[in-house]
Amino acid sequence: MVPRPFVIKRFRKETDDTFTLELEPNEGRSRFAFSPGQFNMVYVYGVGEVPISISGSPSTHGLIHTTRAVGTVTKAMAKLKKGDVVGIRGPFGTTWPVKEARSHDVVVVAGGIGLPPLRGAIYEILANRKDYGKVVLLYGVRTPADILFKDELEQWRARFDMEAFITVDRAVADWRGNVGVVTTLISKAGFDPQNTIAMVVGPEVMMRFTALEFIKRGVKADSIYLSMERNMKCGIGLCGHCQFGPLFVCKDGPVFRYTQIKDLLVKWEI
Amino acid sequence: METLERILGQHPFFKDLGPEYLQLVTGCASNVRFEQDNLIFREGEEANQFYLIREGRVALQVFSPERGHITVETLGEGDILGWSWLIPPYNWHFDAKAVDLTRAIALDGKCLRRKCEEDHNLGYEILKRFAHIIEQRLESTRLQLLDLYGVRS
Repeated sequence: MVPRPFVIKRFRKETDDTFTLELEPNEGRSRFAFSPGQFNMVYVYGVGEVPISISGSPSTHGLIHTTRAVGTVTKAMAKLKKGDVVGIRGPFGTTWPVKEARSHDVVVVAGGIGLPPLRGAIYEILANRKDYGKVVLLYGVRTPADILFKDELEQWRARFDMEAFITVDRAVADWRGNVGVVTTLISKAGFDPQNTIAMVVGPEVMMRFTALEFIKRGVKADSIYLSMERNMKCGIGLCGHCQFGPLFVCKDGPVFRYTQIKDLLVKWEI
Repeated sequence: METLERILGQHPFFKDLGPEYLQLVTGCASNVRFEQDNLIFREGEEANQFYLIREGRVALQVFSPERGHITVETLGEGDILGWSWLIPPYNWHFDAKAVDLTRAIALDGKCLRRKCEEDHNLGYEILKRFAHIIEQRLESTRLQLLDLYGVRS
């Protein structure tokens, strides 16, 4: 699969080390079809290619990627500007159970840079709000300065049909919000455990403990979905770089049911 | 009107506590209210209560001369605030401040300690429940210490 050129329509700095690229096809202007939860391989010409989840919604946005400048490619990407061109291969991988979650309460849990992969699912759910029960977002970050999508979070918090809780691990003097790990918010969410779908993204340790907390509160293990991150390269399950036990994260994931991977999550050897 | 005994009985902390014990505990309970930014207790002071937060939010803080009041954790509706009343020398180890208007039920620690000494079954029930709270807080603190969202070096 050859990367397709996409032009940066808008570059937005989100925090000190995170940024958002809004992209559109360089030629043809054809619509880029994807589903929430999927990822693309994004190619910075002359530097390299990295997997980045899509942070927009198919119905509300075009193609959007939000990521952190942390390695060679994403640091180069952070220096791009409006009008520059990147290569896109994708979309790849499995999707959030947005349709399956209809008529259920939905609890979305994001840790750190885990909010962008969930943003599209949140927009899809809100676009069909009446089809769902309670909708709750629980978002944990390191410090208040690391909060992504602040304007959208304010809008979501202001809605009467959605709850959004934010917590930070390390507070600063003027922070008047919650302090503590994101798992402590689960008890505040007030969902019906028997009828809840949970979607979780964050560091693996956070996802493990979040899943356990949901189960402790009566949520069925197969109603919990996690999005995994591994060293995806080919995107189609051929190269083996993202092998996770018997699974390939690029092809069988990145979104997995907790029951599919719970034993693998605690295996050191893979 | 809701009685204290009924409110306590419905709180997860006292779930399945026998009615005779619930009555004993209620004898040590009272309603309290803290305005926004009120100090609930201060590090070093004698710890003679614990609180079942009914509404509002409380920040557990530690004071640092360099950084001022640092919030290490916030607690909210349904949470239990304070266990230093249970452990000698019965002094608070942190400051607690109401972030928002906070309503709570205060339980008199001295009164409860005395009842727990008189009836060790009650003491064991209370201790088991606090052990659970302490275990949850310890787990959360450990996760917080991991600095999970930091950039991997």
